[in-house]
Amino acid sequence: MSNKVIHAIYNDDDVLLHAVTETRSAHHHIEEIYTPFPVHGLDKAMGLAPTRLAITAFLYGLVGLAFATTILNYIMIENWPQDIGGKPSFSFIQNMPAFVPIMFELTVFFSAHLMVFTFFMRSKLWPFKKAENPDVRTTDDHFLMEVALHGNEEEAIEFFKNTGAVEVKVIDKEQ
Amino acid sequence: MYTFSNRLKTFAIVLMVLGLVGIVYGFINAPKTVSDVEQILTEQHHGDSHHVGEAGGSHAELSADEQAEHQHHLEHVLQQMQNKPWAAVYVACIFFMLISLGVLAFYAINYASQAGWSPVLARVMEGLSAYLLPGSIIFLILLVLSSMNMNHLFIWMDADVVADDKIISAKTGYLNVPFFLIRTVIYLAGWNLYRYYAVKNSRAMDANFDIAIHKRVFKASAAFLVFFIVTESMMSWDWIMSIDTHWYSTLFGWYVFASFFVTAVTVIAFTTLYLKSKGLLEYVNTSHIHDLAKYMFGLSIFWTYLWFSQFMLMWYSNIPEEVTYFVFRIQEYKLPFFGMLLLNFALPLLLLMNTEFKRITWVIVMAGTLIVVGHYLDFYNMIVPGTVGGSWFIGVPEIGSLMFFAGLFIFVVFTAMAKAPLLHKNHPLIEESKQFHY
Repeated sequence: MSNKVIHAIYNDDDVLLHAVTETRSAHHHIEEIYTPFPVHGLDKAMGLAPTRLAITAFLYGLVGLAFATTILNYIMIENWPQDIGGKPSFSFIQNMPAFVPIMFELTVFFSAHLMVFTFFMRSKLWPFKKAENPDVRTTDDHFLMEVALHGNEEEAIEFFKNTGAVEVKVIDKEQ
Repeated sequence: MYTFSNRLKTFAIVLMVLGLVGIVYGFINAPKTVSDVEQILTEQHHGDSHHVGEAGGSHAELSADEQAEHQHHLEHVLQQMQNKPWAAVYVACIFFMLISLGVLAFYAINYASQAGWSPVLARVMEGLSAYLLPGSIIFLILLVLSSMNMNHLFIWMDADVVADDKIISAKTGYLNVPFFLIRTVIYLAGWNLYRYYAVKNSRAMDANFDIAIHKRVFKASAAFLVFFIVTESMMSWDWIMSIDTHWYSTLFGWYVFASFFVTAVTVIAFTTLYLKSKGLLEYVNTSHIHDLAKYMFGLSIFWTYLWFSQFMLMWYSNIPEEVTYFVFRIQEYKLPFFGMLLLNFALPLLLLMNTEFKRITWVIVMAGTLIVVGHYLDFYNMIVPGTVGGSWFIGVPEIGSLMFFAGLFIFVVFTAMAKAPLLHKNHPLIEESKQFHY
């Protein structure tokens, strides 16, 4: 089984978007697309599933809120209900307005940070990670579409040339 | 082109007539004399068996001091009960007038910021702000009646009260009837003038396009926004904060602004959805609705932020002279005071957080209804405790006034909407707005 992939390189995002649509309708499987900047509508054209990052952020926010409520209730109400400047520490609800700033900030803190870490983990990003860039130009001004090669090599090259690629290469991927 | 459907017209007129009946009923039912109040209070006490025993003894057994105090109490309650129908009309009147003012401010913001998404909604906003003129005339009449001492909505208008009250008499440099009415006329005239100018030029641009017209309206909008934020602050001191004459809050103007602004955006969303459902807004797509819903969501949170900032700072420092405002509301208005937090914050927050939900009509209608009801309660909480005190109840006069002004609002707004095509022909950003997608 060969591990050959096609690298079709474009130098315009409009051409790329068009090529993605053509490639999908020709039933070529797009492995990956490398772009120097976010191309609006690329995920839709590729048919990628929407992200669920926002949902995780909401849940992390709830965790933060629960954490803040629990810790404030334990410290200020249950463990040492001291009279500090006449604030009513008899029950959580009586002293709640004073806790709201902390509850708010911790909700935001948990939501933001845990979401960012989720993003790093899901996109496999960390320090000292080996860059997976197939062509250095894709970080500057070129767009690269990687497509799995099945069947005729010549036909596929011809197809991608016709989609407006400035360069089409066949790469043998080492496993 | 929109035609005011007969069914909606009939609905608006029925609302107005029923509302008027409710208002008149409220005024007729208000007690006239101290003995009426006494009777009402005794009836209330009989209903509550605990008080009969505790009240102990008839008036004959009371000392002269207690008699005088009782008499004073009765007069106090009488004034509150007489204020009740007035306050009901006042709250509904200012609420609807400020909604159309909020729409106008939103229109000006979109114009001055050259928003590319909103020009397809400009005519809807122009129509909704048409209520500003009749609304402000009725409101001005109400204020004039108050300053003629027809009611006791503003205690500082009562010369006897001011004479006895050092705090109020120290404020008479600002709070005196002539200056108050002059200010009111300036605010109302300024706002209406901008609306008249913007709408006139918007129509003129339909007839023949001239970029100079657009630039004139752009400049007028920017100037209006400056005028608006100054007068908006001052009007909130004059028309709402001065009811609780002994109390003041520095962020009150912003708080009032957030309250009617979010309601105004909600009303724009409602009207847009209604006209869209009639198939009249061809170019309005779910992205426009989504943007409005985002405003509803964000502004609801903004309102809550201001509400909490005002409440928490006073609760925390607990200075008697300013905290009484909230102490009274929490004691006597617990349900509306905390209920509106649920309606204006918690439920819209949860309902409108999801992106998909912001595109679904029934979700927006549901969240919007909560917001409108919640902000009516907000105005109710701002005005009624200072005028009616503990004798409040949301009954026939309140609902009647709401119905009357809602009917009038619908009538005026949709009559105005029928006067011009629902789409700008030559607005420089109209093409972008038609293509708008989020």
